[in-house]
Amino acid sequence: MSVEPTLLITVFGPLVGAMLAGLFGRRLGDRLSMGITTGLLFLSCALAWSTFCTFWGGHGHPQTFEVLPFINIGDFKSAWSVRLDTLSAVMLIVVTTVSALVHLYSWGYMADDPSKPRFFAYLSLFTFAMLMLVTAADFMQLFFGWEGVGLASYLLIGFWFKKDTASAAAIKAFVVNRVGDFGFALGIMTIYWMFHTIRFSELFPLIASRAGTNWTFLGQSWSALDLAGFLLFIGAMGKSAQFFLHTWLPDAMEGPTPVSALIHAATMVTAGVYMVCLLSPLYEHAPVARAIITVIGAVTALFAATVGLAQNDIKRVIAYSTCSQLGYMFFAAGVGAYQAAMFHLFTHAFFKALLFLGAGSVIHGMHHEQDMRKMGAIWKALPITYAVMMIGTIAITGLGIPGVEWGFAGFFSKDTILGAAYAAGADHAPFGYFAFCIGIFAAGLTAYYSWRLIFMTFNGTAKWGEAAHHDNHAVHAHGDDHVHDDHAHDDHGHHGAHTPHESPIVMLIPLFVLSLGAIAAGFVFAPAFVGAHREAFWQGAIFVGQHNEVLEKIESLPRWVSLAPLVMSVAGSLIAIYFYLLHEGLAKRIADRKGPLWTFLYNKWFFDELYNATFVKGSKALGDLFWKVGDQKIIDGLGPNGIAWLASFAGRQLGKAQTGYVYHYAFVMLLGVAGLLSYALWAWAH
Amino acid sequence: MSHILTLTTFAPLVGALAILILRAVAGKSGEQAAGRSALWIALGTTVATFALSVIMLAQFDAKSAGFQFVEDARWFSMIHYAMGVDGISVLFVVLTTFLMPICILASWSSIRQRLVEYLIAFLVLETLMIGVFTAMDIVLFYAFFEFGLIPMFLIIGVWGGKNRVYAAYKFFLYTLLGSVLMLAAILSMATIAGTTSIPALMQYHFAPHLQILFWLAFFASFAVKMPMWPVHTWLPDAHVEAPTAGSVILAGVLLKMGGYGFLRFSLPMFPYASTYFTPLVFALSAIAIVYTSLVAFRQTDMKKLIAYSSVAHMGFVTMGVFSGNLEGIQGAVFQMLSHGVISGALFLCVGVVYDRMHTREIAFYGGLADRMPWYAATFLLFTMGNVGLPGISGFVGEIMTMTGVYGSTSAAGTWTALVSASGVILSAMYALTLYRRVMYGAITNPKLMTITDLDVREVVIFTPLIIGALALGIYPHMALSFTEASVANLVSVWRAGVGG
Repeated sequence: MSVEPTLLITVFGPLVGAMLAGLFGRRLGDRLSMGITTGLLFLSCALAWSTFCTFWGGHGHPQTFEVLPFINIGDFKSAWSVRLDTLSAVMLIVVTTVSALVHLYSWGYMADDPSKPRFFAYLSLFTFAMLMLVTAADFMQLFFGWEGVGLASYLLIGFWFKKDTASAAAIKAFVVNRVGDFGFALGIMTIYWMFHTIRFSELFPLIASRAGTNWTFLGQSWSALDLAGFLLFIGAMGKSAQFFLHTWLPDAMEGPTPVSALIHAATMVTAGVYMVCLLSPLYEHAPVARAIITVIGAVTALFAATVGLAQNDIKRVIAYSTCSQLGYMFFAAGVGAYQAAMFHLFTHAFFKALLFLGAGSVIHGMHHEQDMRKMGAIWKALPITYAVMMIGTIAITGLGIPGVEWGFAGFFSKDTILGAAYAAGADHAPFGYFAFCIGIFAAGLTAYYSWRLIFMTFNGTAKWGEAAHHDNHAVHAHGDDHVHDDHAHDDHGHHGAHTPHESPIVMLIPLFVLSLGAIAAGFVFAPAFVGAHREAFWQGAIFVGQHNEVLEKIESLPRWVSLAPLVMSVAGSLIAIYFYLLHEGLAKRIADRKGPLWTFLYNKWFFDELYNATFVKGSKALGDLFWKVGDQKIIDGLGPNGIAWLASFAGRQLGKAQTGYVYHYAFVMLLGVAGLLSYALWAWAH
Repeated sequence: MSHILTLTTFAPLVGALAILILRAVAGKSGEQAAGRSALWIALGTTVATFALSVIMLAQFDAKSAGFQFVEDARWFSMIHYAMGVDGISVLFVVLTTFLMPICILASWSSIRQRLVEYLIAFLVLETLMIGVFTAMDIVLFYAFFEFGLIPMFLIIGVWGGKNRVYAAYKFFLYTLLGSVLMLAAILSMATIAGTTSIPALMQYHFAPHLQILFWLAFFASFAVKMPMWPVHTWLPDAHVEAPTAGSVILAGVLLKMGGYGFLRFSLPMFPYASTYFTPLVFALSAIAIVYTSLVAFRQTDMKKLIAYSSVAHMGFVTMGVFSGNLEGIQGAVFQMLSHGVISGALFLCVGVVYDRMHTREIAFYGGLADRMPWYAATFLLFTMGNVGLPGISGFVGEIMTMTGVYGSTSAAGTWTALVSASGVILSAMYALTLYRRVMYGAITNPKLMTITDLDVREVVIFTPLIIGALALGIYPHMALSFTEASVANLVSVWRAGVGG
């Protein structure tokens, strides 16, 4: 089979599934809709792996197929195409694998939902948009995928649309992403007028010629490539929930949990990282933009990890964890280790999807309870979920044995990132050491909050059921506004008694597969992604400048640099054990004191409050001002109503020709004015 | 010499005549029956007109920048009955004829009073609108342009809502003030250049100070039509009061006459003045986008919200026209076509629930997605089109006009691009908030418990619009290829204007 049909089926298969389930879902019925979408996704996934394996084996050929012209105006030429290179091949397997597993998982998780065809249609639609994004050969298709995944995300966050919080979160996600797209669009325009092309294959060879030149924007002169790189990065900040534009991601947890695993952990939120790596030819020549990326990434890694320490909603903890890990990926790209960023994106997809789906299994087993304070001691009831969540947690904390080169997935990718940051710092790259220090520290926090999640959920004493009923009320009485019921439909009746239970087999199979990835993705793929075989693997899909040797230098770092993350992880884990296993209740007592630091973290550094007070309230006030004062008082008051008033005033003075309609006067008067003006115009022209 | 333009332009008038005769024959007693037959005649006429325009489009040579299907006969004095279309106007003709059958269908059961007169008004309006886009003589153009006011004035004033008289007069006053000035300019131009032929006037070089003067006079008329900030306040009132089909035509076609006017007259005839006033247009467009988007965000009436959003979207058109490059002008033309489809569809979406509940108050609704899934899907598609989601037609116009403005030779270009790009955030805010308030949540209003989803007639109405919005969004090339040659011509005129 030649490559072209394979690729077309990989990309467009999910679209076909989405359309069938979306348009004919009711006619096809639940089972058929689910079967078609899931089947097509597994087909797409199998084909994607076969494509990827040719690249992994070093036999792949980068190529682009054009399907149809899209926008064609002057030099602004774009086409619907499928671009295949190592970078897109990696994304193809990440997207289709997680998506196929999530489709399967949803058979169990969404079993009681009345709108299953709609749900599966949205999932497949998302997958299609994401595949269009990663196979784009120019900025327009990239933007299509970019906004397409945004639409799917909007629809899935708001899937339970009867719930007010869900529809609010959906809008928030879309609008905050639009703030990013605002920068992204300006970046595309800048690129276009700088290089007169928006196609990657034409653009990349031209970039070096612009290095060091300036560009006028908003009347100021800027370093051309840094400006373009920065504007495009704003788009990445929105999509990948980086500091300042991160506020939508925790709220996005309103969506069903499989959605959180697919979109808000493994795939869509990594689109920003993917874009920065794809545009490595640009960023290699944009040191200032890269410095900004490094700082934003590092700050996000730290910020999200600190907030994650104090959250009680199981999904929100994982959401902040995702946000933090994305920060790692960005500062990896920022210091020039794009391969490491992509590698972490790859491994993270497995263990984070695993953690989310595991959390989904807990939520399912706990009858839609998400507050970890109402869990505890459920490991006996959900032993398999417990085991796979442990695997995921070990993977994210980056446990492994330095020197022997054996460890879970996160060990390889995160250590490479931290090593690269240190190497970049040693190489006098701006903010390299800064990112390294923050990364090390955040690794400790990551271990702490990840184990905290496991212990609060699975270990300790049970805080659910009859025995703990009063405690629950106590928690409610504290007025916690972050306790959400993860469902809009009433399906409690099916379960009878509120005892936790293990999930059905369709939900466990995806967990097993992802566990395998969380264990093995690191050591199996490290040589290709960031190790000795990386040049043969990437085949130029990632551009590395002549002076960029961060990955080479990792080999020769001081011993303590590779030990530091491990030490911090172990320390974080031990503290979590101390607080949640050995002295259970200690952490709760500290939280109940509501100290300033706890309050600050618990309220997520008060970003939502700040944005509400400024942007939301501000735009409402401005809207009212423009409407009620600008339009009604000033424009209408001086314009038509003013003329009408003046006319009726004149009419009353004259006391004649009263037809009763103010507008008749206005009409006559306006005719006079118009006539005068016309005469003046006429006279002046001659 | 082909007469297809005359045929297309006046075919609706024939339909109107047929209805008039039918009405006279039926007499007073057969009014009810006459109304039914009149609906079918109107539908048949508008469909036939659409078919004619499609035939014309098929025969159109997209590679040529000149006027095609030209018909020319001396009328009186120097004035000719001259008709012709270039790549730009041919698409506006098709847009008009495309929307017209939809309007007739939309009025099928919602108009109860004076149905016959209503249909006649619409058919006459169609002829006048097509005439605006096909006239090649400036006086002929003016006649079509001005007479078009009358049926629209009547549609709002007779078949409108509670405040229809106020809205109709406001509409009339604004548009009239602009057109009187334009008339004075036209007469001056005719005496100075000695011709009223549009192609000839395009070649004529007016002195710079005259260009400034004429440009301002035309601007007064077109800016009101678009409408541009700050002469936009007639539009929300007109929309709120107009019947659904009236709103569709108002937003879909009548507003485009302003943009078309800029392209047909201001740019080619007064290139010096156009470049001179570019910063002004940029500033007004940028203000319009932000200002009216914020106002739209605060509206409580569905139609008013969409009307304000129209003003914002027209801001993209005006700035794109005056970007003076291929990207921006192509984008502007495309934005007008796309807006014709999307805003028309949005007004029809409002009409769907208005027909059922007789209110447009946003607060009245909520939770409709549960009972009306097909309606919810349709509304979502056009909401996303309004927001400028790639893959739906609205995106292409927005990104291309912004790109054009960014690359404009004017120093204000990048600022305007920046401010207008923020409109992309604001449009998401107001459009999705509207969607949420109407569609999402649980149904709390007991009157909505029995509301029904789209019926067959409504599905027939929306299907062509959905196809149009998606086809233009996925394959915009099919429209852009028609306009390219004519727009390239405008760009070279502009370049000459900048140089001289």
